Amino acid sequence: MYSQTVMDHFRNPHNVGKMENPSGVGKVGNPQCGDEMVIYIKVENNVIVDVTFETFGCVAAIASSSMTTDMIKGKTIEEALGLSNKDVADKLGGLPPVKMHCSVLAEEGIKAAIEDYRKREEEKNNEQKI
Amino acid sequence: MEKTIYLDNNATTRVDDTVAGEMLKYFTEEYGNPSSLYSIGAKARTVVEDARKRVAVLLNCEPRDVFFTGSGTESDNLAIKGVARRYKNKGTHIITTAIEHHAVLKSVEQLSKEGFTYDIARVGEDGIVDIEHLKSLIKPDTILISVMYANNETGAIQPIEEIGKIAKERGIYFHTDAVQGAGKLSLNVKELNVDLLSLSGHKFHAPKGVGILYKRTGINPTPLLSGGHQELAVRPSTENVPYIAGIASALEIAYRDIEVHREKQSALKKRLKAGLLKNIDKVVVNTPEKSVFNTLNVSFVGIEGESILFTLDSFGIAVSTGSACTSGSLEPSHVIMAMGRDHTTCHGSVRFSLSKYTTEEEIDYTIERVRETVEKIRKISPYK
Ligand SMILES: Cc1ncc(COP(=O)(O)O)c(C=O)c1O
Ligand code: FES
Repeated sequence: MYSQTVMDHFRNPHNVGKMENPSGVGKVGNPQCGDEMVIYIKVENNVIVDVTFETFGCVAAIASSSMTTDMIKGKTIEEALGLSNKDVADKLGGLPPVKMHCSVLAEEGIKAAIEDYRKREEEKNNEQKI
Repeated sequence: MEKTIYLDNNATTRVDDTVAGEMLKYFTEEYGNPSSLYSIGAKARTVVEDARKRVAVLLNCEPRDVFFTGSGTESDNLAIKGVARRYKNKGTHIITTAIEHHAVLKSVEQLSKEGFTYDIARVGEDGIVDIEHLKSLIKPDTILISVMYANNETGAIQPIEEIGKIAKERGIYFHTDAVQGAGKLSLNVKELNVDLLSLSGHKFHAPKGVGILYKRTGINPTPLLSGGHQELAVRPSTENVPYIAGIASALEIAYRDIEVHREKQSALKKRLKAGLLKNIDKVVVNTPEKSVFNTLNVSFVGIEGESILFTLDSFGIAVSTGSACTSGSLEPSHVIMAMGRDHTTCHGSVRFSLSKYTTEEEIDYTIERVRETVEKIRKISPYK
């Protein structure tokens, strides 16, 4: 049912765990099956220098989390925002149609983490102004 | 480990060697059509009728009330649709439960498009049907009640005798899907107070694609198929002689040694349950005390069942899960949900179902591998 790449990422997922002092945190849920994903990013000079995840979900969700975090590590914020779930699924050697939404979750997690990061930055800037 | 540790016997079972051996000759030697009049046909007729008698002995009924079908699903369909359609002039209301197999639930849904109405009885947290609620659903025009004998996901045994008595007092037909009870519980239809009972061969070491329907003398279900006179025209189709011989032998073998199986598998199930609870945190047991001796369903809180299933598969262990992620429709198991468990618990539900081939070594190996698996996947999960 799953490609070898999916199984490899599932068995040995990269970038797992909670991050100390992240620059942004994205928490997303899957309305379809009730799964959850948390993405932590550390940003320096507009570059995502570190990223980790925690996922409560299926094999495809865990593999997508692992692959997505691999793909955005070292990328600029803009580059990371340009990543689509289709890119992730392709890189994983494809996902069964019923499992495509699991890769959407990873994409949304990244977007939510970046949004959180931007909000925090804005707040910091506002504080400095005062 | 090279060999598969097969702990999904409620999904299907391996065919018993004796059964497989016995069936073979009906493919290649005694392959006649039971309806043919010459010797090889007559011989096939004898095989089929002998099988029917052997099943009737085990069910404590008349041979002519035993029908061979193509599956458990077909038996359920024939019982429910057949009785509802035949007796619709007596009433058009049906009662079933929230934890039935889809073969039952979808049959009832189909009938609701043909002018029937239905109600679904609740189950308690233990997964056992709430009899008082079921009773409250009975109406003057209720013609049929269908309640499974043992649940396929949790193994919970349902109070069939009691419900049968209630149905009998009110003149309502009573069907039980006994697919998961075969080889584990008594199938004495008189003691069970059932009018119709469905079985599926592949759950008790006969092949897939053969079932049995018992119906009480005098009940005449409307056939699902149009065709010849076979099975008293209730189930037309040339009889599947090898499979019919196989299902009868498998049922005999299952009951011949039932005490041995009960003792051995109960002990293994107990060992598995104790091992999981001792070695792993936050385990919710979904199988009640009153359950078939081969089934244990537990939830590992904070992790999703499909990821457990695939990790155990890499260790050669086969189990199943009620997780939404494996269902295709992304709906979690209707059975575990009906027991009032939350979504997360349902997600992490895993069913272990043993058979006569399960060994103590396999159980010990499984406990250890499940412990490792849960630990590993919990590390990935935001819920610890
Ligand atoms: C309770 C129950 N009823 C019916 C069935 C259907 O039986 P079959 O697979 O022979 O169609 C099954 C097994 O899948 C079952 O567990
Ligand atoms: S996370 Fe539920 S189907 Fe993938």
